Amino acid sequence: MSKSESSSTSREAMTAADVRRAIVRIAHEIVERNHGVDGLAIVGLQRGGTWIAEEIAAQINNIEKEVKVPVGALDVSLHRDDIGMRPVSLGAISNIPFDLSGATVVVVDDVLYTGRTVRAAMEGLNNYGRPRAVQLAVLVDRGHRELPIRPDFVGKNLPTHRADEVSATRDGVFVTPNPQAKP
Amino acid sequence: MSKSVVIKGGTVINRNSQEVADVKIENDCVTEVGKNLKGDIHLDASGCIVSSGFVDLHAHLREPGKEEAETIETGSRAGALGGYTALVAMPNTDPPQDSVAVIDFVREQGKRAGLVDVVPSGCITLGRQGESLAPMAELANAGVTLFTDDGNGVQDAALMRRALEYAKGLGITLAQHCEVAELTKGAVMNECSCCTDLGLPGWPAIAEELMVFRDIELVRITGASMHFLHLSTMRSVDLVRAAKRDGLAITAEVTPHHLSLTQELLASYNPVFKVNPPLRSIEDIRALKAGLLDGTIDAIATDHAPHPRRDKEMSLDMAPPGMLGLETALGVVLAEGGCEIRDVIALMSWNPAKIARIDAEHGRDVVAGIKANLCVFDPQLTWSVDPERLASKSINTPYVGRTLRGRVRHTIFKGTATVIDGQAQK
Amino acid sequence: MKHLRSIDELGLDGLTGLLQLTDHMAEINQRPVPKVPALRGRTVASLFFEDSTRTRLSFETAAKRLSADTMTFNVSTSSVNKGESLRDTVATITDMGVDAFVVRHKSVGIPWQISQWTSASIINAGDGAHQHPTQALVDCYTIREATHAQNFSGMKIAIVGDIKHSRVARSNIQAFTLLGASVVLVAPPTLLPPDVSHWPVSVSHKLDEIIDKVDVLYMLRLQSERMAQGHVPTLREYSEQYGLTHKRVLALKSDAIVMHPGPMNRGVEMQIDPSDVKNSLIHRQVANGVSVRMAVLFELLGSGSSLGGQA
Repeated sequence: MSKSESSSTSREAMTAADVRRAIVRIAHEIVERNHGVDGLAIVGLQRGGTWIAEEIAAQINNIEKEVKVPVGALDVSLHRDDIGMRPVSLGAISNIPFDLSGATVVVVDDVLYTGRTVRAAMEGLNNYGRPRAVQLAVLVDRGHRELPIRPDFVGKNLPTHRADEVSATRDGVFVTPNPQAKP
Repeated sequence: MSKSVVIKGGTVINRNSQEVADVKIENDCVTEVGKNLKGDIHLDASGCIVSSGFVDLHAHLREPGKEEAETIETGSRAGALGGYTALVAMPNTDPPQDSVAVIDFVREQGKRAGLVDVVPSGCITLGRQGESLAPMAELANAGVTLFTDDGNGVQDAALMRRALEYAKGLGITLAQHCEVAELTKGAVMNECSCCTDLGLPGWPAIAEELMVFRDIELVRITGASMHFLHLSTMRSVDLVRAAKRDGLAITAEVTPHHLSLTQELLASYNPVFKVNPPLRSIEDIRALKAGLLDGTIDAIATDHAPHPRRDKEMSLDMAPPGMLGLETALGVVLAEGGCEIRDVIALMSWNPAKIARIDAEHGRDVVAGIKANLCVFDPQLTWSVDPERLASKSINTPYVGRTLRGRVRHTIFKGTATVIDGQAQK
Repeated sequence: MKHLRSIDELGLDGLTGLLQLTDHMAEINQRPVPKVPALRGRTVASLFFEDSTRTRLSFETAAKRLSADTMTFNVSTSSVNKGESLRDTVATITDMGVDAFVVRHKSVGIPWQISQWTSASIINAGDGAHQHPTQALVDCYTIREATHAQNFSGMKIAIVGDIKHSRVARSNIQAFTLLGASVVLVAPPTLLPPDVSHWPVSVSHKLDEIIDKVDVLYMLRLQSERMAQGHVPTLREYSEQYGLTHKRVLALKSDAIVMHPGPMNRGVEMQIDPSDVKNSLIHRQVANGVSVRMAVLFELLGSGSSLGGQA
């Protein structure tokens, strides 16, 4: 079933404007929670979270104009817990060109689902140093957690069925129900 | 008083005749060839050819010394199943066949097995070392007619000349494994583009041709006779053709595998295809087949070379060369040789019997009065090769899974059926 | 992909895939902690019948960085001949629970023969003079890294030396030509294989005639035994005709790359110290060895590509 066939049945959970506003709010919340940007670093997860991480960092730099917050990207494919069980395709290469040790790292992803990607990300971060703290920012929390992972900053809480597909871009957040799913 | 045997309804092929007839055997001789014969035992030969039993000029029976691979008994059984009633046993045993004691031993073992005539060949040089002559007169007195250092060629030209001169005086035939050793060091396969890709040292055709040329010229000046073992290249065939045209006493043999398998098979890295001389190109195969048709090549000889399973599981360069051949020879030759059936019988029975000088009892026309050494084979029957079901102790056949055409149905050795309906009788 | 045994078996798609995967592995090796759990629970056994500390360590490091367990068997060829066959050795090790064998042997074809006796993946670390595919991958990656070229069309690469006995040459000729380079072999006729007319290469017997035209100069090692075997009259003559001398370094194009698979025979094919050669990438070849081998191990054991098309 291709996405184009299903677009007629997918529903818009967030508009483009909603997405933009959520990102601005999250940026403010991050600065507020951390009492400023001292020691802060933003790391987006390949591939869904990197554009959001860039936007959040840009917003933070608008708010606190003196310091530029470092931004990096992390590909967690090699840290997944299901390697060997299904074909793995690597995303873009990780790029964290700064030292994470002692930093407060805000991990950014588009959709939080089972929590396994975030677990892999926390393990991956350890390769780069020992952060003082790790916080999690997601655009959408769709539920169905399989690990004890909870987000610190959420764009929108979105209850979904397991079989639903959720996509999050600058143009909005869309939920496509799987036609095979039982009503 | 033993029972009489009648082979019923086969096509008896002789040098000058071909007819459907029954063949009656009593004791160890053929007593009658005709229609509607009766005997105590009837062996059905309908659809089959009846001819003199095959004679292999070139079989490695491995006993004494490498009984793990084959014994005279198991080799004889493989021979009988292949339609053979005589096998010339190659002398590269351990100890080698360069003394009367070993010759007698081999002959005795053959008699004890009682399945084929095991005809031991002798060495040309002592220990096959290529340094001094073996006691050929003594061995000739013990009944040896064919001498070779097979496994290796005699490298020293002067020594080979002496050997030929000496042999001429004795009325024996020398046979040569043509390989100039210095050109084939470490070689695993034919020198060709395939071995360039594989990074393997090659066995160039000239390593064989140089010795063929040398020995032809030595025959020319000594007047002796020479038999060339397992010819494998185009130019070797040309050289022998020219030598025969000049009237020299030269004969030559080719193996079934050199008529049917090419060098490209070595790209499978399977040592079962490693053999000396190596498998060659399709052009060489064409030239060999042409040599069969125009009489340049006199005989088909198997070069049956059993090796234990473990030896052929080694790497290509470490594995010993050699393939089985006795049980598959007929099937390969009929499927691939490009010859008429009558020519196949000449190549596998009449001519080799003469070269081995055993044509008193082998390779005769099937008529009343001859010793009953016969082969009954179905030239149309197709079968595929299962190495575990071969009678040989070893399994290194290159024809695994291949379909051959032509199979022996019955073999009669000195009047006794050694094979009935494709099953060995003892 | 189940095995990596030769470049022609790998093919162009396999080759470019592995080179791209190596970029990921190279990034991992830059991290303060260069380790990922990707091959956790897998076991990689090194079966080296020929001594090679450098290649073996490169593979073992690669395995460990992917969190795989390693086993090392330094088997001298003679012990295998003494009774335990190669087949038995491989079967025994497989029974211990091995997912991949890294095999180096002086006999051609061993990786293919071994594949029949085990269900594990086979990585060829060198079989006789036949193939050394991971070396070719390292070399292609090193050139790609230096030139930023995804494919090598328009590149002229000279491979100089004992082509006849070189598995590195055979693998590299295939890899370089697959990527579109034009390859020239430079050697005396005695060090070329009997018939290279079907290879997509040109041949020269005079290094000085081509040295100023090449983009990559790849020097092969000449073993001293070759003189004893009559392939070259003396090592000195070989070095004069085919060695990288100071004069020849000056003749190279300004951006030409010099490479050597190691170990070097100083004074024979290399008359000058490689660190004196401006564009020598020999140190990068060594450095890239681990990343490339990590890519190979991951592709065979972790990428799931052998599971077949389940997304």
